[in-house]
Amino acid sequence: MKEIGKYFIFLGYLFTNRESFKTHYSLILDECVRIGVNSIFLFVLVSTFIGAVSTVQTAFNLVAPYIPKYVISQVVREMTVLELAPTVMAIVYAGKVGSSMSGNLGTMRITEQIDALEVMGINSINYLVLPKIVASVLMYPLLVIVSGVCALMGGYLVGMITGILAPTEYIYGVRYLFNEFTITFALIKAVTFGFLVASISSYKGYYTEGGALEVGISSTKAVTTSVIAILLADYLLAQLLLSPA
Amino acid sequence: MIEIQHISKSFGDKKILKDISGTFEKGKPNLIIGASGTGKSVLLKCIVELVKPDEGYVFFDRRNFTEANRNGKIEIRREIGMLFQGGALFDSKTVEENVRFPLDMLAVMPKDEKQDRVNLVLNRVGLKGANKKMPSELSGGMRKRVGIARAIVNNPKYLFCDEPNSGLDPQTSILIDELIQVLTSDYDTTTIVVTHDMNSVMGIGENIMFLYQGEKLWEGGKDDITHSGVEQLDDFVFANKVMIAMRGKTS
Repeated sequence: MKEIGKYFIFLGYLFTNRESFKTHYSLILDECVRIGVNSIFLFVLVSTFIGAVSTVQTAFNLVAPYIPKYVISQVVREMTVLELAPTVMAIVYAGKVGSSMSGNLGTMRITEQIDALEVMGINSINYLVLPKIVASVLMYPLLVIVSGVCALMGGYLVGMITGILAPTEYIYGVRYLFNEFTITFALIKAVTFGFLVASISSYKGYYTEGGALEVGISSTKAVTTSVIAILLADYLLAQLLLSPA
Repeated sequence: MIEIQHISKSFGDKKILKDISGTFEKGKPNLIIGASGTGKSVLLKCIVELVKPDEGYVFFDRRNFTEANRNGKIEIRREIGMLFQGGALFDSKTVEENVRFPLDMLAVMPKDEKQDRVNLVLNRVGLKGANKKMPSELSGGMRKRVGIARAIVNNPKYLFCDEPNSGLDPQTSILIDELIQVLTSDYDTTTIVVTHDMNSVMGIGENIMFLYQGEKLWEGGKDDITHSGVEQLDDFVFANKVMIAMRGKTS
């Protein structure tokens, strides 16, 4: 409980003694490149393979002759939009971006760079952490969109190459009984997970104590805690937004 | 002038600082000395409140820093320049960006003026032309000098140096000490230097506070330090072979 309280106090400091918009603007752009652009390759690679594998496995499980083949891509679509793109990729995101954020802030802490900012009268949490959180909240939904598209493309390609289902059947299934709210739901989850990964990882890194070994420990804790928070938030959001009234 | 009154600090059960009071004068280097682990750096961090003291008060030119509100503290902190043990340079920024950083964040002045000021202080610390280097390309002594340049670029009223000579060769140490002394007198700052280097003590120690196991045991100038009559200080001062031999001759 003490740790949760400390986390919320930490979040409170994000908005006190703020730096100017001009200062934050350039920092946010830098973070967007670091967080978003530098993660695209990994997201494209993982999502494409997940989409391909989902298609193969769904086809393997739907062998009954009375089930039309387009159901395969319909299932892949639902899995991708509801869970794979926002949630599973959030775990990959925590591993890549969260550990990097935590390591970065932890190193700044043990080399007294954060102390140097504080001595200058600069709110180090506002200066260092707010741009990371804003960039994460902006970039993660975009990565989720890229991820969703790549997963569906992966499924399309593998369906076409292996002959599991024809391209027209695949596209028909992807469009069949499509509920637009699932996209809204995925983006709500993306914003939430983007915030959770950035804030938790920054918190763990910011309060690192000790030396290089502790920076590594903080990064590990950042990923572990972020993943737990993602899974909890995933359940809560599903319960809140998808459960029948 | 900086005044500290009854500063105490514990970490868990361990009492690090015990009721320390003292005054640090303007325009001359004030040294806090003592063996490793006696609480020198903790005292320095308590003064700037990077570590919050459990008890006691700190006054910057009679302004109560301890009881000041958040804005009051920020105002005083903006008058402080600090050199950290490892330099604490921002790894992602060049030397020039590091030195310009306090001006970018705290000062309102045209870009050209900022650049002139950066070049002036880099020249002052003997790093003319090093503007575009990254911290990873610098030696320990150069990092310290960049740290000093960043600390003084904003014309601070108070300058704090935490172990400015640690990890440096004797010649570079002397250069850094001289630099601190000259800057203190030229800019008329209140300077506090934490050190355990006897060369620094004998070189620039005009006002020295000796800490032993978290307590202040002695205060005075470098001329009095060898005959203080305080056993623990004598043990600290005469803690190398040459000085031990000198001590034998003296006694």
